[in-house]
Amino acid sequence: MQAMHHGDLYTAYHPRWLRQPKNTYWWLEKPSYFAFILRELTCLPVAWFAVYLLLLTQAVIDSPAAYAQFMAWSASPWMILVNVVSFALLVFHAITFFVAAPQALIVHLGRTRVPGSLILIGHYAAWAAASVVVIWLLGRA
Amino acid sequence: MIKRHPEPLLWVLFSAGGMLSGMLMPALILMFGIAYPLGWVTPPRYEQMAGLMANPIVRLALFGLIALSLFHWAHRFRHTLYDGLQIKHLNEVVAVVSYGAAVVGSGLAAYLLWQVG
Repeated sequence: MQAMHHGDLYTAYHPRWLRQPKNTYWWLEKPSYFAFILRELTCLPVAWFAVYLLLLTQAVIDSPAAYAQFMAWSASPWMILVNVVSFALLVFHAITFFVAAPQALIVHLGRTRVPGSLILIGHYAAWAAASVVVIWLLGRA
Repeated sequence: MIKRHPEPLLWVLFSAGGMLSGMLMPALILMFGIAYPLGWVTPPRYEQMAGLMANPIVRLALFGLIALSLFHWAHRFRHTLYDGLQIKHLNEVVAVVSYGAAVVGSGLAAYLLWQVG
């Protein structure tokens, strides 16, 4: 017991955890790791398209000429490429987000729990309906 | 005293932004980014577009979409840099820059969508 009072038996510092350092490119090791990082990277086209909508709003505020210029800019080859890649990633984002929804959303009807598959179908149905409304609104404009 | 953590609120914003962007963005980018530029569909004329964006419900929806999408990005971007690229020593800087950009972008969206009417 006396030894406990001697400072040389232990250190005041928190011990370092034993953790194997992970390679920065760990996500290239397995397809499932890569899919995970790809899913996380869909946040980039989400942000990009939010900025795109801000630019569209600014063009509509400015003038008919600014709007025409914005639409011409959207039709440049680089922009089409960026937006085609963004479209693919945004569809991947939507699917992965809706697939995860039944795990976050527990719904009860009376005493029975609504099955996850039904919640997933509900999300897909809402997605389809929202897409139809967007395209209908734009087509009617 | 209980220390309040911002993480639950940030997660709610992330979640709402992910849901809204997932529902609306694929159709929007399909039209603006692909269908109009490639000439599959005739784009709306200026008066039509301005008329559509003058609608208060459209403006409110656009504000929610833009602001929540930016918070969705900020949250996911921060965690991807942390877990994916293991940039842990810059965690505070990354958080301030990401959420800061989302706040600034939301303010800009409110300002512009207020003007467009």
